[in-house]
Amino acid sequence: MADVGKLEPAPLRFDAPPSTSFFAHARHVVSENPITGLASGLFLLIVVAALLGPSLVPFDPLMSDTAAALKPPTWKHWFGTDQLGRDIFSRVIVATRLDFAIAVLSVVLVFVFGGLAGVMAGFFGGWIDKLVGRIADTIMAFPLFVLAMGIVAALGNSVTNIVIATAIINFPLYVRVARAEANVRREAGFVQAARLSGNSDWRLLLTQIVPNIMPIMAVQVSLTMGYAILNAAGLSFIGLGVRPPTPEWGIMVAEGAAFIVSGEWWIAFFPGLALMLAVFCFNLLGDGVRDLVDPQRRN
Amino acid sequence: MLAQIGKRFLTVIPSLIGVIIVTFLLTRVLPGDTASYFAGPAATPQAIAEIRTKLGLDKPLPVQFADYVAALVKGDLGQSLTTGQAVTKDIAARLPASAELTLAGLFLAMSIALPLGVMAAVRQGSWIDHLCRIIATAGVSLPVFFTGLLLVYVFYFILGWTPAPLGRLDVFYSEPARVTGFLLIDSLIAGEFETFRAAFAQLILPAVTLAIFSLAPITRMTRASMLAVLGADFVRTARASGLDSSTIIGTYAFRNAMLPVVTTLGMVFSFLLGANVLVEKVFAWPGIGSYAVEALIASDYAPIQGFVLTMAILYVLLNLMIDILYGVIDPRVRLEG
Repeated sequence: MADVGKLEPAPLRFDAPPSTSFFAHARHVVSENPITGLASGLFLLIVVAALLGPSLVPFDPLMSDTAAALKPPTWKHWFGTDQLGRDIFSRVIVATRLDFAIAVLSVVLVFVFGGLAGVMAGFFGGWIDKLVGRIADTIMAFPLFVLAMGIVAALGNSVTNIVIATAIINFPLYVRVARAEANVRREAGFVQAARLSGNSDWRLLLTQIVPNIMPIMAVQVSLTMGYAILNAAGLSFIGLGVRPPTPEWGIMVAEGAAFIVSGEWWIAFFPGLALMLAVFCFNLLGDGVRDLVDPQRRN
Repeated sequence: MLAQIGKRFLTVIPSLIGVIIVTFLLTRVLPGDTASYFAGPAATPQAIAEIRTKLGLDKPLPVQFADYVAALVKGDLGQSLTTGQAVTKDIAARLPASAELTLAGLFLAMSIALPLGVMAAVRQGSWIDHLCRIIATAGVSLPVFFTGLLLVYVFYFILGWTPAPLGRLDVFYSEPARVTGFLLIDSLIAGEFETFRAAFAQLILPAVTLAIFSLAPITRMTRASMLAVLGADFVRTARASGLDSSTIIGTYAFRNAMLPVVTTLGMVFSFLLGANVLVEKVFAWPGIGSYAVEALIASDYAPIQGFVLTMAILYVLLNLMIDILYGVIDPRVRLEG
């Protein structure tokens, strides 16, 4: 990584054409930065746990067994048991689906609405631009997590509203990126050409602008996934959205918090670790996707 | 300069109006009957009707908004059901605790992040640069409540170096006479050094937790902007003129590199004020964050809305201060204005 910045004369190579396939490029990115490969592996693991979790785990995540309560990790219970004797390993794995779903859904929501609002603002300008800009500025005037708390408290304490709140606080970010990208392409040659061929504004927007800013928006998605999952877990940590006994990382850490001071570390530690690894994985993967799509912004 | 600051004050007004409109809307979109929410789960129909007229919920929306703003001007944010007191009074009583914690966390983060970022930029590619990169990546991935709990486990349970994570001051000590509301300052004013030590011991873990959280963006920004400045022509000229490197880095480069860092402080504060809520919950810190969390659990809505509004106004004012600070550091901003 440290040598990237140095200007060394590149050896002349005629065997590799400059336009390699996407997969070859992806392989190059991964091989240059093995951490991205590691993150991809972790991502696969998360996806598998999210899809198949409930059928993989050794115990029922809701089954309590008071005789085996508060046991440290053993061969039978890999991550130990909680205050009701539930198997923490099973609960951590099963929770993946819910946490992953909240993050994905909120990002999809803001990707569609924020992206569209931003593109329209950048492409049409005028009052749409002013309105969208004003909304985004107003959201940015709040500390974002605090606004999310207020939204969930107002809309009602449910998982759906956590998804909505997480989408809303990410809105300005998506608007800004989509607006800037649409704005620079508004008068681009290919757009002018399409306009001269008699396409309407909306057609230009959807067939010329949107497909062209998709890669940049994909980078944005992967960069905000980690933040979305962190935000959702934070909300459920303070008791919003997910209700016990539902297994979810944030609420499991909250349940284990009371036992930290008496030394039962495993109840909060393993769900917290899962959360941390997931966020870490998404952040690294986000950097990887950026390297893949938008090499100029590499740092 | 004063006219400049006055102009900046005017730019705050649209943000404040936006904030007030949003918090007003948040009070009106409560699912079901707003009045019964405000009355609490155990209220009688009679009490609900009373609250409806008291809140003016039978009037048209614009009138309700006018009433809301009029009440705000008088500092009336409603009553808390759990404490039975005016929300404004509760928040005013608890705000210093949050402010002390947040500022301590920020101070700690800055005093680590700035030197680290500068060193990483000056010695690019060295171990300190790698350390900087690890902190920048790990810091944004750590859930702040998780870091807090890990610190409690290690420093309270295993090592026993810090007191139990239960608030600002051990029950054996009495609070010093309230001057600023900051226990560290008040205890010094009162000359109670033992209380100062106790308050400091309570503060250290939550402050470190917040600092770890906000370390990443400040370090990354300091490094990046320091690198950019060190590559600038005026630094080359200064070097060519034979100035020693400590003058160049400390006087010439650092002051210029601070500008983007000050700008990112706005974003850091946004994260910090949010993280504050989580840290207060972990350490049972009696600030406005834990006040809001307690109210959430009790479905007590007036305090939550008061909390959101207070935080938003604080954040808007902090951004204003950052803007003014920017003008103080960079004379060019002042001239252009």
